[in-house]
Parts: sequence; structure tokens; C-alpha cells
Amino acid sequence: MSGISRRKFLAASVAAGAATTLAGPKKALAVGSFSGYPDSMGVLVDLTRCIGCRSCEAACNKEQQLPDPNLPFDDMSVFDQTFHHGTQKRRTDESAYTVVNRYKPEGRDPIYRKVQCNHCAEPACLSSCFVNAYTKTKEGAVIYNGSVCVGCRNCMIACPFNVPAYSYSSAFGPVIKKCIFCYDTRLKDGKPPACVEICPQEALTFGKRKDLLKIGHQRIQTHPGRYIDRIYGEKELGGTHWMYLSPIPVEEVGFDPRPGNEPIISHVKDFLGVVPMVLAIWPALFTGFHLLAKNQEGHDDHEHETGHQQGSGQKHDDEGGQQ
Amino acid sequence: MKSLVELGVKPVDSLINEKNDKRWSIMDKLLLGLSPGQYLGQALRNPFNWILGIIFAIGLPLIVYRFIFGLGAVTHASNDYPWGLFLGFGLFCMVPLSASGFMLGTTVEIFGRHDFHPIERLALLNGLLGYFFAVIYLMIDLGQPWRLPYPMFWSFGPAAVLFLVAWHVATYLSVQIAEVSVAFFEWMDWLGGKRFIRRITIGLTVSGIILSTLHQGALGALFNYAPGKVHPLWYSASFQWIHFFVSAIPAGLCMVIVVSTIIKKTMAWRCDDGFLDSLDRCTLGLAKGASMGLITYLVIKFIGVAHDNEWAYLATGWGAWFLFEMAVGVLLPLVLFAYAIRHQLASLARWGAVFTVFGIVLNRLNTALITFNWKLYQEIPHIFEFIIAVTVFAIYITTYRFILYRLPILYSWKEQPQEALAPEAVKAAPINTTPSAANAVYRKID
Repeated sequence: MSGISRRKFLAASVAAGAATTLAGPKKALAVGSFSGYPDSMGVLVDLTRCIGCRSCEAACNKEQQLPDPNLPFDDMSVFDQTFHHGTQKRRTDESAYTVVNRYKPEGRDPIYRKVQCNHCAEPACLSSCFVNAYTKTKEGAVIYNGSVCVGCRNCMIACPFNVPAYSYSSAFGPVIKKCIFCYDTRLKDGKPPACVEICPQEALTFGKRKDLLKIGHQRIQTHPGRYIDRIYGEKELGGTHWMYLSPIPVEEVGFDPRPGNEPIISHVKDFLGVVPMVLAIWPALFTGFHLLAKNQEGHDDHEHETGHQQGSGQKHDDEGGQQ
Repeated sequence: MKSLVELGVKPVDSLINEKNDKRWSIMDKLLLGLSPGQYLGQALRNPFNWILGIIFAIGLPLIVYRFIFGLGAVTHASNDYPWGLFLGFGLFCMVPLSASGFMLGTTVEIFGRHDFHPIERLALLNGLLGYFFAVIYLMIDLGQPWRLPYPMFWSFGPAAVLFLVAWHVATYLSVQIAEVSVAFFEWMDWLGGKRFIRRITIGLTVSGIILSTLHQGALGALFNYAPGKVHPLWYSASFQWIHFFVSAIPAGLCMVIVVSTIIKKTMAWRCDDGFLDSLDRCTLGLAKGASMGLITYLVIKFIGVAHDNEWAYLATGWGAWFLFEMAVGVLLPLVLFAYAIRHQLASLARWGAVFTVFGIVLNRLNTALITFNWKLYQEIPHIFEFIIAVTVFAIYITTYRFILYRLPILYSWKEQPQEALAPEAVKAAPINTTPSAANAVYRKID
């Protein structure tokens, strides 16, 4: 190969390298340990207080202007619904950003758990989105810009709580749909989301996340028999802004009991670190191999004649065997 | 076509029609030098075309249906299984099976093993088409495929693994088009283009290796976003990307063996002697490469199990399924390859390749679909999803065959009378010097 090819090749690899270095610093910022915006808001859900009235579902439906449900919000038969051969309870979808499910632990009254986006401090959906549609606001909400959503649904794969849903019913403009903490209409003005405001039981407490943690620990301390000693979401998956107090082990109300305390992005960091290394090392490595191989070709006949088998001798042997 | 060749019809393989010393027209080239009647006749006589016809008759309207009524009309519209067959098969299986392009490119161009030259173009084409159709599958799966350029030009999410996949697949697709275009330039007689590509071959090949390493790995790293959803035996926090990358190596090599076997059985008329005579030797060579990949893959898979201390899972039902995948998809081909290479049995190596391809496809389907959400429930994709996936695959086969029939992939193009002599010189040379003679010819063409 001529010198021109190498020069062109170098130019190409410099361009490719530049493209990734530009991407690099941003990446580093995104994956650094982020302990959350200082005064961001959250909600503490007290499962011992929820009576399963579903008024939060109704309020959400109205606030987010979602389509009318198949069954009215005062129809409690939805709690008996199961899906996929009885293995699954209701989940969030394009027409319901929050749902309440009933769990019947043995020897206890039923427990109701509200499901919605938990607004992670380091959201998996955000870190998996290749068009950067998601934003973690300083108020604590995880919001998204549907106008750039391509519909790869990687965020649905990534979300450890299976929260984002997709508007499959739309043929020409399907996008991701999920709870946005009523950011546009309420949170950004400092107001609590619609579901919290309507809750008749004060099962949902809105406040600064750091204050909610204090309140939660206080409740556990004051009523040790009433709660298990855990605020689900305090540390799980890097911390969430919606957190749960539960009277029974969390797996009995449908949570993954051991999701780990690392945010999802930590699982991907190893690979992201490999990328610039491959981009930097491979060009020289393989061009080097090429140069070495070329040199060796020149000595082809000589090696065969003298029967030398050093280094690449094995390869030549194979060749000989096959012919 | 076979019967026509037996009758003495010679498919176009050169610039000049030997019968009347005129250049073939584009029409002649497209029809392989047959008359339209002859061409249609041979197409209708081929029973495989009828099978394709039936698949298209059912599948193409379904694809139109999907774009009019949305994804929800042809899938279960699952929020728990956002990725179905289109990505589970179309993207995650097609891409590793297309690793052949960069593997053979590296072997021939970087390591200078010109004895693999006869099969290099097939490997490059296999790579290009596999990637191209992976993108087609992706376009069918994306909610708004017309927004696919967004991550490239409009809204960047550079910290996302998928961003990397998008960029690398797009760049690598262009690299592969450039690599395969040599055959097209020959066929069109645009020698300037050919010379230009020849000059940048090393650059293209090395960028091919870089991009392939990264996006083959990135496809694995995509599952690092779902540590709680993929079954631990198919998930490795530290090694997921390297499992995917390493397994892509035997996958790509074995796909070339499988495809070349099908070609040998059904398309021998289109191959020249240079291809047919070296095929067994190349097959065993590829099998050696694939064995290296497979044994490494087997070891690092179990290192993955050991690293995360997942031995206990092996005793479960999922564990049995994992061991089945390893036994049939990795261990069995390894044994077959070892025996085949020891005894120079190309046909046995071909069976090894079939099992390897099966094993890799099973692995990707296991990771993306079958063991995904193992804590929730298992889902069988919608029947329409199956039909569309099969239809796109049928379009892939049709395109593949269309190109193989025409472009000089399996045969060498005879440009000018004096150059046409060169391949014959190779043939005439004593057989044990073939590789170096081929090298010499190759360099001369360079």
C-alpha cells in the first residue's frame, strides 16, 4: 500500500477520534457520582395509609388529559384484574401514568401500592436515551421531550421499575408516555402533583427529598411495629425521588427487594470506558499488524526453504497442510 | 439457470460479449446475458422463487399494514417486552452473523493472507447485507423511523450506548458499501472508482475493525441497562460486551461457511473455478478461525458465570437451557471442527458452522427475548411479528441472490483480454504455489 493510503487513513481516524473526544467529556459529567439537586422535591408514599380509593388515578387522568378509562375510577373490580396467566397486576401504560394495585399478604388486611415513575436521581431512562429526550429537572422531576423521541424504546428496557410506556396505538406519532411529576402544570411552580393533592388519606407526602427522608425515619422510629426498617428509594438504584414506607417486606408488594444501590448507568460505565481506548489503540495496533505481516511476506520463500518455524511458522505450516 | 448453463448458455462475466465482440449493455448484464424470455423462464422454473412469492404475497401487505396502523397492530404492544422479534432477531442476530466482513477484510488485507482472497468478497457482501437488513428490521421496529437521523444530526445523547450503535452502524455501513463497491465498479466498468477504493483499502479495513469491535460489543452493552431483567446466566456486569464481541467472530465466519455451502449447492454455475477449487480449503481455514473464537467464547462465558458466582443457577431450569445452548451451540461445533480440521473434512466443518450459527442466534434470542423478564412472565411474539420477520428475511435472501447472480463476487471479472489471462496463469501454476501466485496477480491488479 502506498503512503497516501496511510495518510488518508490517519486523517479518517483523527476525525473519528475527534468525534468521540467531543462526546467524551459530556459522558464523564453524566456518569460522575451525582448525589442529586440539593433542594429537589419528592414524595413519600406510606403504604399503611393507602385505602385503595383510586382518587389519585382519577386526578392524574384529569390533570394529564388522558383518555377516559374503560372502567370508571370508582370501580374497585380493577384490583381483581390480572394479566399474563395471572402473574401480573396492572401497570402504567399510555393512558394511565399511575395505577394502584392491591396485595393480599397472608393474615393481614390488603395493602395498596400506587405505581408511577419514581423519578430516580440518576435515571436509567435518561442515560439510555440516544436522542437525549429526557431531562432531570432541578425540582426533581424526570421529564421528556416527545418531539425528539424516535421510538427505540431503550428507556423501557432500561427502567428498573418498568414505568415508561409506549403509545403503540398511534401509527404516525407514537412516543414514550410516563408520569412527569406534573412538572409543566404544577411542580415547576412549587405545587404538589395532582395525585398528592387529592389523596384523602395523606398517604402521599410532598416535600423536599431530604426532609422526606427525615420524616420517613421518624415514622419508622416512632412506630417500630408498624413499618419495616427501610425507606424503599432512599438508596436503591442511586436513590429515587418517590419513596415508599412499607409495613411488610417490599417483595410482598411487588418491588424487587434487592435492586442494588448503584444507579443503572454504573453497569454501563465499564463499556463506555472501553470505547475511547479502542478508538485510540486499534488504529496503531492493526496498522502495526499489517506492517508486520507485510514484512513477513517478503521472507516467505526463505522461511519455507530453510524450514524455519519461528513466530509465524505455525501459520505457514497450516497453509502447507491445506494445500 | 443450471439447465441453461448445461445447454451452453454462458452468464455474463466480462466486459465484452465474446460472440460479437461488443460490450454487454446494462440490460444484458442485468439479465445475465439471457433474453428476457429465457430469464423469465428460468425464474419461473425455480421452485424456490415460488416459495418466496408466497411469503411476499402474505408478508408485504402486512408490512404496509404495520406502517398504516402502527406497531400495535402487528405486535402485542407490550410495555414489558418493548423489543420483540424485529430487534431480538433482526438486529441482535443479523449483526453478529455479519461480522464476516471485518473478519475476512482483516485476514486478507491486514494479515496479508491472500489465500483467503477467493472468499473475501463473499464475506464482505455478507457483512454489508446483514447490516443493511438489520437496519431495515430496525426501521420496521422504530415507532417513528423517519426520525432515525435525529441522533445523528438533531438531538444528541452521546452518553447512551445506543447512540454509539447508531453512529457506528451508520459509519460501518458506509465503509462496507465502499468495500463492496469494488465489485460494482468492475461490473459497471468504472475503473477509476475501483482504483480509488483500492488505495484506501487499509484505511477502510482498519476502521472496519474499530467500528465492529465497538458496536458488536455495544449491542451486548445495551443489556447492561437491564441488569435485573436479563437472566443472570446471560448477563454479565463486566463482560457482556466482550461476550457479544467474541461470539460475533465465529458467528460471522460460520455464516460465510453456511452461505458458501448454499451457493455451492445451488449456484455453482455462477462461481468460477478459482472459487470452487479453493472453497474446501477456505472452509477449513474459516473453521480454524471459528474454533479459536468458540473456545475463547466458551471459556469467557464460564468466567462470566464464575465472576458473578452464578453457579447455583446452573442447577435450575434456566441453567439447563443455558447448558443446552453451550453444548449444542458451542461445544458440539468445537468437536465437529476439531475432527474436521484433523481429517480435512470440509463437509463436516460445514455442519459445525450450521450449529455455530444456530448457537449464536439462540444466544441472542435468549438474551433479548426468551430469558428477558425472567422474573415476570414469558411472552410469545404476535403471529404477524413472525410473518414480518420472515418476510424481511426473504427480501434479504432475494437481494443477496440478486447481487450474487450479477456482481463479480463468486467469479473474477474479465476486464480486458490481457488481464483475462492472469487468472488462467494462476490456474496453470502448480497447485502448491497458488497462494503466492494469487498474491502476485493481486498485487499487479492493485
